[in-house]
Formats: sequence, C-alpha cells, structure tokens
Amino acid sequence: MPFIPHTPANIKTMLDTIGVNQINDLFNEIPTELTQSSQPQPSRHISSGLTEMELALLMQARAKQDAGRLCFIGAGAYEHYIPAAVWDIATRGEFMTAYTPYQAEASQGLLQLFYEYQTMMASLMAMEISNASLYDGASALAEAVLMAVRLSANKQSVILMPTTIHPHYCQTVRTIVEQQHLTLHDVAYDKATGKVTAASLSTLESATALVIPQPNFFGVLEEVDALTDWAHQHNILVIAVTNPIAMALLKPPGQWGQQGADIACGDGQALGIPLASGGPYYGFLCTRKKFARQMPGRIIGRTTDLEGKPGFVLTLQAREQHIRRAKATSNICTNQGLMVTASTIYMSLLGPEGLRRVALASHQNTRLLCEQLRTIPGIQLLFPSHYFHEIAIQFATPVEEILQNLAKKHIQAGFSLKKAYPELGNALLICATETKTAENIALFVDTLKECLREHDYVE
Amino acid sequence: MSNKNKKSPIIFELSQPGRIAKSLQPHIADNIDLPTHTLRQTAPLLPEISELQAVRHFTRLSQRNFSIDTQFYPLGSCTMKYNPRGVHRLASLEGFLQHHPLSLEEDSQGFMACAYELQEILKEITGMHAVSLTPMAGAQGEFAGVAMIRAYHQAKGDTARDEILVPDAAHGTNPASAVQCGFKVREIPTDAQGNVNIQELQKAVGPKTAGIMLTNPSTLGVFEKNILDIALIIHQCGGLLYYDGANFNAIIGKIRPSDMGFDVMHLNLHKTFATPHGGGGPGAGPVAVNARLAPYLPIPMVAKENQHYRWLTEQDRPQTIGRLSTFMGNAGIILRAYLYARLLGREGMQRVAEFATLNANYLLTRLKAAGFTAAFPQRRATHEFIITLKNEAKTLHITALDVAKRLLDYGFHSPTMYFPLLVPECLLIEPTETEAKETLDMFADTLIAIMKEAETQPELLKQAPHTLPVRRLDEVKAARELDLVYDVTRGA
Repeated sequence: MPFIPHTPANIKTMLDTIGVNQINDLFNEIPTELTQSSQPQPSRHISSGLTEMELALLMQARAKQDAGRLCFIGAGAYEHYIPAAVWDIATRGEFMTAYTPYQAEASQGLLQLFYEYQTMMASLMAMEISNASLYDGASALAEAVLMAVRLSANKQSVILMPTTIHPHYCQTVRTIVEQQHLTLHDVAYDKATGKVTAASLSTLESATALVIPQPNFFGVLEEVDALTDWAHQHNILVIAVTNPIAMALLKPPGQWGQQGADIACGDGQALGIPLASGGPYYGFLCTRKKFARQMPGRIIGRTTDLEGKPGFVLTLQAREQHIRRAKATSNICTNQGLMVTASTIYMSLLGPEGLRRVALASHQNTRLLCEQLRTIPGIQLLFPSHYFHEIAIQFATPVEEILQNLAKKHIQAGFSLKKAYPELGNALLICATETKTAENIALFVDTLKECLREHDYVE
Repeated sequence: MSNKNKKSPIIFELSQPGRIAKSLQPHIADNIDLPTHTLRQTAPLLPEISELQAVRHFTRLSQRNFSIDTQFYPLGSCTMKYNPRGVHRLASLEGFLQHHPLSLEEDSQGFMACAYELQEILKEITGMHAVSLTPMAGAQGEFAGVAMIRAYHQAKGDTARDEILVPDAAHGTNPASAVQCGFKVREIPTDAQGNVNIQELQKAVGPKTAGIMLTNPSTLGVFEKNILDIALIIHQCGGLLYYDGANFNAIIGKIRPSDMGFDVMHLNLHKTFATPHGGGGPGAGPVAVNARLAPYLPIPMVAKENQHYRWLTEQDRPQTIGRLSTFMGNAGIILRAYLYARLLGREGMQRVAEFATLNANYLLTRLKAAGFTAAFPQRRATHEFIITLKNEAKTLHITALDVAKRLLDYGFHSPTMYFPLLVPECLLIEPTETEAKETLDMFADTLIAIMKEAETQPELLKQAPHTLPVRRLDEVKAARELDLVYDVTRGA
C-alpha cells in the first residue's frame, strides 16, 4: 500500500464514523454499469507495484543506456556547468513540494524569490518588467505573439517570423496561435550571411510584430539594431527571442536600436537547468511596464501588510483564467516555478561577472572548435558571420553517417539541419559551451577526421 | 516557520561590488573578437555575493514557506499528496539529467522506454486508445484536447460547430483554453444537487455544439450522476466529450473516463501521479483520446518497433495538431510519473482512489457532526468536498478568507477558497490518500477551535495570520502601485 498510512484499526474507526461497512460503499453514487465495466481485467501494461530498491535497479540500468556521451549538440538546449548549491537548495522540500503561492502569507519565501527572479531576468534583458515564467521557450514565443496581437489595434494581424528562429519554436507558435485569425509570415534569411536583412522586410510594413532571434538558430548574430529600428519606424512591435546566457555578453533586447525591443522572451534552461531529455525548462517573458496588463502568466508584486511591513503577493490576477475565465490573457495556470527557483540561485551564485564569463568561455570554445574544424578538408563554415556559441558546418558527405559513426565513439557531433533546412545540404549545427575542455574539442576533431578518413570521405 | 520577526533582506541588499564566488567562474581568454556594437555595455543587476551568502539567503527563504513536506496542505482540486523522494532521486540519475533532447534515438532508449511504458499505462487506466505525453500542464492539455476536437470536426467538414459547453462550476482554465482554440464558450448551470442541469443542457446543445468540457467528479466534490445521459445528449447532437482530469485521483483504478463516454481527456501528472508541484510547476498534462481522435494527437510521441523505441513526428502523423513545446514537454515530470506508477502498480492505483475518498468522507463526517455546513449535505464526498460558511458569515461576520488565514496560524495550509465561484464563502477541502487519520483529526479539531474563536474573539480571525513572517497583505495596493522589480536606487 504505497504511501497510504492507514492501519486496519484506522480504517474500521473511519468507516464506523462515516456509517458505512466498507470503502466501496463510498462509491455508491457512481452508476453500477461504470464500476462493473472498469473492473480489472488482468492488466496488460501495469504490473504489480515495485519496491523502491527494485525500481532503483531498473532505472539505474535505463539511465546507464543514455549516459556517458560527449555532447556537442545545442539547438535550443545547452549544457552548462551547474554549481552543486543550485539544486541542493532548489530541491529542499519547502520549495519543491509547495504549490502556486495562493496563500501569500504562507509563501513569502517563494514569492520573494520570484520577485528577485523578475528583477534579475528583466535586468539581464534590459527590460522594465518580467513575469514569473511560462512553460518553455517555444510556448513563451507563442504567448509573446498573442500578447503583441492584443497590444495592436490591428484586427488582421501579420507576424513576421524569420526562418532563422528555432524551427521547433515556429512549429509550436503555429499550433498555439492557429485559431487566432493571424498570419505568420516567414521571412527568408540571406543565404550568404545566415541572417535577416532589413532590406528583405521592405514590403512588409503593415505587419503587427517582427520576431528577432539573437543569436539566431544558426548561432549567428542578427543585425538587431537595424531590424529593431526598421520595425519601430513602421509601428511594428519587436519581439526578441534570446538565449539568456548570451545576454550577459551581447547587447540585450532593451537596448536594441533607438527604443529597444517591446517584448523579450526565450528559454531559461541555460541558466542552471539540466538538459534532462528536453524538460522541464521554463520560458521567460519581459516587456515594458506600460504593457504589464497584457502580459500572460503569473506576476509577483511587492506590497505591504497591515502593519506596513513589506511583503509579496501574486498580482494583476484580474488578467488570469481563474478570475477572468473566457476573457483571460492566457489559459496558463501552473507554470515552471521550481525551474525559476533553480535559475535564480544559479544567477545569484555566478553574479554578473560569472555569467559573462560563462558566455564568453562558451563563445571562445566554439571559436576554438570552429578554427580546428575548418582545417579539415571537405568541411566548411556555412555562414561567415559573427556567432555566439553555435556554428553551422557543411560536409561533403551524408551527415547521418557522420552522426552514427561518432555516436559509436560516444560523441554527439551536433544537430542535423537536413530536415528543417534541406537547402543547406549536409549540414550540422555544432555547439561548444564552457563545459568543453581543449582535450574534449581535440578529441572531437580527431575522431571526426578519423571517421572521414575511414570512410574515404577525405582525399 | 519560526522566523516570524526575522528580516528577510532582498538579495540585492547583500550585494557588494566586486565580490564573487571564485570557484564558480570559468577561465576565459582576454580577447573578444566580437564587434563592440554587438556587446553589452553595462552589467546586469545580479547579486555580487559569496556562495555562503547565496546558500544562506535561499535556505532562509525556503523556511518562509508552507509545503507538503512540512504541512498538511488540503488545497482542493490540487491533490497535494506526498511526493516520494525515491522517485525524485531516480529521475535525477546522471544518465537522465545529462541526456540531450536531440540525441539520436540510439542514445535515448533508456528515457524513451520509460515514456513509452507510461503511454501504455495511461492508456490502460483511462481506457483510451492513444496517448501523447507532451502537454506541459493541465491547461496545455486542455488546449490540445480542444484543438483536437476542432480538427476532428473540420476534417469532417463540420465547420459550423463553434461552441464549447462548460458547466459553471468548471476550472477557469476550461473556458480560457476553449477561447484560445477559437471557440465561443457557453456556460451550463448546475442543479441543486451539484449535477449538470440536464434541461438547460438540452436547451443549449445543437448544430453549433463542438463539445463539452467536464470534470468528474466535478469541482463541487460530487460525482456527476447523469454522466451517461450527458454523454448521450452530446454524442447524439454530434459533439464530443472532453474530460478534465484534474480530479482523476478520485477514480483512478475504479472507473475509466472512456466508459463514461469521454472522447478526449488530459491528466495532471503533478496531481494524480504525485510529481512535485515545485512552487507552481512544472506540471505535465498528457492527453488521451479514443480511436477517432488519435490521428490528431500532438507530437512527438514514442513508438516501439522490434524492441527499438522511435519518435513519431509529423511524417508519421500528418493530421497532428502539431507541436506544443520545443522538445517533448516536461520530460522529467513524465519520468517521475512513470516511476510513481511503477511503485504503485495496478492494485496501488486503485487504493489511491479508495483512500483519497475514505479520507475526504471521514473529514466531511467529522466536520458535519461539529456543525459545519456541507455545500451538498445529501451527497457523498468524492476525494474532496465543500464546506460553506455562508451562515457563519451572517451570524458571526467572519468570512472563508478569515478562517483560511487563521488556519495558517495553526500550521495548516488553507483549503482552496472561493472556488467554485457558485458556492458562497466556500472552502474546497482535499485531504488526499497519503494523510494519516491523526492529521485529519487534528485538522478537524483545529477548524472546530477556530469556529469557537469566531464566537468569542472574532478579531483573532479577522486579523489573522499572526504568527507568519508577514500579516495580511494589501493586494489592492500591489495591483495599483505595481512594484515588480527591485530598484537599487530606491532600495527596500
């Protein structure tokens, strides 16, 4: 009886108090045809319960199957070193097993932490305010798009979506906003540089919003100032999609162009969240203070108690589904509180200088990798533009085979661009963060050379 | 929470320029090859503190918080049951944590095996035909489910169906999700016994009805007795039934949503499957559907072919409503739910519903005996029930809010207050199966004691809480004078 504390004596007392003979009598308001049809046929997929120890043996074996790879994949999920204190503290039961802080007085710890998070994230993006998190980067972009539509008076909304945005983000936005009477307009990238030019936007001046990724999916730095100014000249809102680690080094959205971006969103995973098969991560969303009432998701505000002492509460709840129901700014309820807790601890441990160093070390490692890869014949850097910590590399040979061959040596060589960008041929997106040592990079390059040589792809 | 009078500085107040946690700084070379106009010119406002200061600050914040691990947390409709530590430990094995979501399938078989088996487990306990695990919370599951209803009608050319019916007692996410999918929402009233008003339902259904969203047991803490009639009415008019799985803990292993006539549903893994609520997430809201909606499930899903696990994507499932997250939802929560299901096994799952129901009915019986008013006195409690304080509000001039805040002083988290909206001065109480009888008795005794206080010292309630780090907070001020980020220049 896992986790059920009742003794036979307890059960008898409780049933006597209620005035029934057996537990099943408590279900007597359910139509009998339902209880009968559901009676356990021998179960096909659900075996008897395991003990914790039995389960541990099973799971250790499964975890081992997926373990021990040297990972050069980025593409929206990044391996960064996570200080021990981050999850030691974040998984304290008081944080991990609380729920949404509906009872503010009994949740001051989490509420203060989320307020500190909002401050850190807003400052990292150089924006005025931040919410307390959304699900992940892709769905945060979808919410940002819906927010931009609410902010605009235009009923026929067109959202400009450069194809240099993460393709999974584009797919997610499409799924979520599909029923909202708006048009997602793809904007092609410049084939030579791998980025979007303001000139290519010239016919799109009646749009509602322009999404600008920085760095973009290819790792390339977009011309954020020029794009932002072009958009604002035409009364188009700017939605920035950024990597928060990169923003410790690169110009943050609030400082793009003359006026800065209007909304900044993205995935917070890089800030202290493990890769963990893709989740849970969290989405962040920052904006101008004047747009606060159109922002989706939970927001924490500082106020005072009846003695005048400062304290924190969930605020602007009149936007939310539990109050406004069908008229809410979003249907979101549960968000990603625990992930924000970890990220806040991560940012506090690293501080401004530590975060800048993580960003710069990642960039420098990628540059080292790039320089070494370019010495291999048959390999070329696709876009000779400035990049952050990812590069798109083109091969003369099928990338599937390269990935498979390196996988045999426990090296994950990168993410194949073939499906999403068939026009790029045999291309891999490769990432080296600060976690990669010079030896790791040398091993990758040597193994790649060896693999190409063995398969007669070179010379 | 013993630190009532201790100050809790904002982290930025601890900050000193130039103080760094040295061992956490990666080495860098001096040169930057990026042009200046691409670079950040001013440092972000992040604390400059030592590792000890950070550890102490956040540990202290954790102590200013109620949680399941420290308090009874009978928050109705949220299923705050014990979150097994073993599950958390095993989901945190290095092989799982360091696994990149875009790894090759060959490098992902361990995780994919767990995800696949969870799909099969959820199919069996819901009686549904197929499952997608990707929605990241209940609300996203609702969105996916309603989007599938829309896709189904559209595929049939049935485009006039633009209304979703929602009982007035439903969770706020139901109408919000339906609107996000482009539907109009039509509310159906509840009858005196807490069931959907069948006459009103019959008036509302028609050629515009795309479907109905229902929770069963409902948010009123009672089983919807007419569910089979409702299913008949909706299906006869060509609509579909959506099951909001928020209250699945009440029936898991006992009855199946498919047998009640539901076509599509979501489960809240952070409720029924005991994954930690994390201070407001992450959750997970997998969707399960019958055969006619299966083609529309969100991607990715996991298939098993010749002992090999494979991702199903758009190529395999051309009619999918699409992708809802960057990768495959809250994978770590999916893993935890799988582990919990394996610890319970088939018999364990059935006992969950039985003991959740036993605990709720016991607590209800004790409170009724002490003079509290049940919202539906003639009905059995399911896994939760509603007490209404409308009489006490009249005679003693105290509110549900006052009682909730006073409970905090006694070390209990409050039940859900003022939801569902149609029961005045209500407390929605869900004890869950993992609480011992002694805890329920203490909680009942405390509520009884608080009602005595209401008669003799009502100020104790109206001014509550008294023992927490802050007194009652001014929410109106918070919304009116927005203070959402710390301003260094202004200070605390």
